[in-house]
Amino acid sequence: MPSIIDRDEMVYDVVIVGGGPAGLAASIRLKQLDPDISVCLLEKGSEIGAHILSGAVIDPRALDELLPDWRESDCPLIAVPVAENLHWYLTAKASYTLPHALMPPLMSNDGNFTCSLGSLCRWLAEKAEALGVEIFAGFPAAEVLYDAAGAVIGVQTGDMGVDHNGLPKADFQPGMNLKADYTLFCEGARGHLTKRVKARFDLEAECQPQVYGLGIKELWDIDPARHMKGRVIHTQGWPLNESGTWGGGFLYHQANNQVALGLVTALDYANPYVYPFEEFQRWKQHPAIRAVLEGGRRVAYGARVINEGGWQSVPQLSFPGGVLAGCSAGFVNVPRIKGTHTAMKSGMLAAEAVLRAIRSGRKQDRLVEYDRSVRSSWISLELQLVQNAQPLVTKWNDKLGTCLAGADMWLRTLFGFGLSRPMQHRSDASRLERGKKHRPIAYPRPDGAISFDRLTSVSYSFTNHEEDQPVHLRLRDCKVPIDLNLAVYAGPEERYCPAGVYEFVGQGEGAVGLQINAQNCLHCKTCDIKDPSQNIEWVCPEGGGGPNYPNM
Amino acid sequence: MKILVPVKRVIDYNVKPRVKSDGSGVDLANVKMSINPFDEIAVEEAIRIKEAGKATEIVVVSIGPAKAQDVLRSALAMGADRAILVETDADLEPLAVAKILKAIALEVAPDLVILGKQAIDDDSNQTGQMLAALLARPQGTFASKVDIDGGHVVVTREVDGGLETIRLTLPAIVTTDLRLNEPRYASLPNIMKAKKKPLEVRALADCGVDATPRLKVLRVTEPPVRAGGVKVADVDALVAILKEVGVA
Repeated sequence: MPSIIDRDEMVYDVVIVGGGPAGLAASIRLKQLDPDISVCLLEKGSEIGAHILSGAVIDPRALDELLPDWRESDCPLIAVPVAENLHWYLTAKASYTLPHALMPPLMSNDGNFTCSLGSLCRWLAEKAEALGVEIFAGFPAAEVLYDAAGAVIGVQTGDMGVDHNGLPKADFQPGMNLKADYTLFCEGARGHLTKRVKARFDLEAECQPQVYGLGIKELWDIDPARHMKGRVIHTQGWPLNESGTWGGGFLYHQANNQVALGLVTALDYANPYVYPFEEFQRWKQHPAIRAVLEGGRRVAYGARVINEGGWQSVPQLSFPGGVLAGCSAGFVNVPRIKGTHTAMKSGMLAAEAVLRAIRSGRKQDRLVEYDRSVRSSWISLELQLVQNAQPLVTKWNDKLGTCLAGADMWLRTLFGFGLSRPMQHRSDASRLERGKKHRPIAYPRPDGAISFDRLTSVSYSFTNHEEDQPVHLRLRDCKVPIDLNLAVYAGPEERYCPAGVYEFVGQGEGAVGLQINAQNCLHCKTCDIKDPSQNIEWVCPEGGGGPNYPNM
Repeated sequence: MKILVPVKRVIDYNVKPRVKSDGSGVDLANVKMSINPFDEIAVEEAIRIKEAGKATEIVVVSIGPAKAQDVLRSALAMGADRAILVETDADLEPLAVAKILKAIALEVAPDLVILGKQAIDDDSNQTGQMLAALLARPQGTFASKVDIDGGHVVVTREVDGGLETIRLTLPAIVTTDLRLNEPRYASLPNIMKAKKKPLEVRALADCGVDATPRLKVLRVTEPPVRAGGVKVADVDALVAILKEVGVA
């Protein structure tokens, strides 16, 4: 690679990194407030929605504020209002319905909709483009640009046409410098640039570490006779409770005889033999879930991490030249398993703060007022109400923890105080225990009808990466996978990756090496989070690579 | 010299196509769509000819729904000069497509029409040949090399036995094979410029072409699922099984 590349430069008022609900809402709000402002939005997926994966049951509160007439439009969200909301506690053979009357009102799904977030984002992108937002899909933001004083002044898009040794190929196309008065990071959970700016500006100095869950999802066409449009089901308990892991399943009856279903495994699990993909396969075989899927066929597969840290893990949101919005910051309401509405709202608040600053002649400084506006908005009220739910379940496990979490949420709803002060988190990586302390878990073989093997599943994510390019999963120390991860932690990367990217393979004479099948990567970010010594760094591969999710 | 490049919007090559449950066709709802890869190769070849100073204008044309503007914009971002969309939601057969392209070709008057040898959705491999016949022009199909030589084009064709090189008098029709070139990435500034390049949308009815289907699709089915293999203990067991299935 030539050490000095002559890079083209373009200047915008605002650059937005990431075409999810936060970034798109921010771009729309900016153009609504000032049609003359120039806004560029970068998306690493091959098109808007290609990398979006969510349940989803969506609270329309932010959309009502952003585009009040959405219900009268062709917005895909309108198609399936939640008609029936069930919460099941699963044992290996049975399911028990938990009465919703016991749950705080915030857990109700009345007035919410079940829809593909990818479809909603594609619709939002049409609105944004119609307003004049320049959307560039297939162009990842690869690097953050700083000025001499250290303020963020924009981003550099990724180079295209680089070979596996890092050398330019015949079709080499250098990335561009996109400069802006303000840069909005809306990358979703564990964004790779967000991670860097968090470290550089020490944005997590006063908050708890972010913790995550890994959501593995499928979309199925099912037998119309078994389809109950608008029925949404959440499950807890089996199978994750067998390994002392927490998390839960979801199954949403969406439009066109499709169901969206998945299992979220909290990444704070201790047992390195936990295999989230196989837990999901096992969960699908539960009689109550299997009954829905039988006779149907799988349409798509994918995985993505979700923030589970809640309000106490929200970092400082502004820094010189930029802000964090959406899941880059981490506004998921964990017990409600909803973050689309808070992501959109934070994007809108960011847009409003950016616009006021630009109008008063400011640029590339710190938007403290955005921090303040989020902390005095309904995002803050909503997240504070539930801030101890996740830590209580983590601490007291499935049954007792759920009861305590319910009690805490009730107290906060009714009286404004909870069982305890905001509780603390430990990073997911630090939770993993040595292999010796645990026994391997035997998972059943897939039946090829309801449960499948991992590589066949990956083919249903329609993932593609240009073959001849540098490996985008970088090891800080290439000895760690064998000397530490395999020797001490039983090689957890072979199991936690939902795409089978990491493989320990024999290299003759008893030697073992780690093979990284980077082409399979679903961009879920689990490895960047769960590697016990944080030895894996996820960097962005060539633009347009990764999954090509349909309506996920 | 003008080059006309017809491009088709098709299901993306990374996507696993699914047949609709009623067997009436492939389910395209929510599926990623892209420019037909063979047509993208045609666009790239046209741009290379222009970059070599042997062409002055590249016109891209697509026939399809309003969304097909996206693939035309991609072609413009790569380097085509202007675009025409013949808008229709109907699923057209190769003969209808060739007739529409003939009408466009008579209007644009290109010296060279270069298009994919086939579209990856219906794999017909007919449009280029039909267009050549309708226009009564020479054709060079399955091109793996294209050289403009004065008033001629020299086309290296991928044929069963190897390579065949032919020399056609312009104006001519060329269809592209996979190995002709590797299409470039569109750069960000070029994508922006492409938004301002002319893109004319016209209705199918205005082409004066009878696009009525001549074929009737009876049904569309997915390939049968391959049954898993079995391990046999020895050669005798293998031979027994081969006899059983009637191949030995």
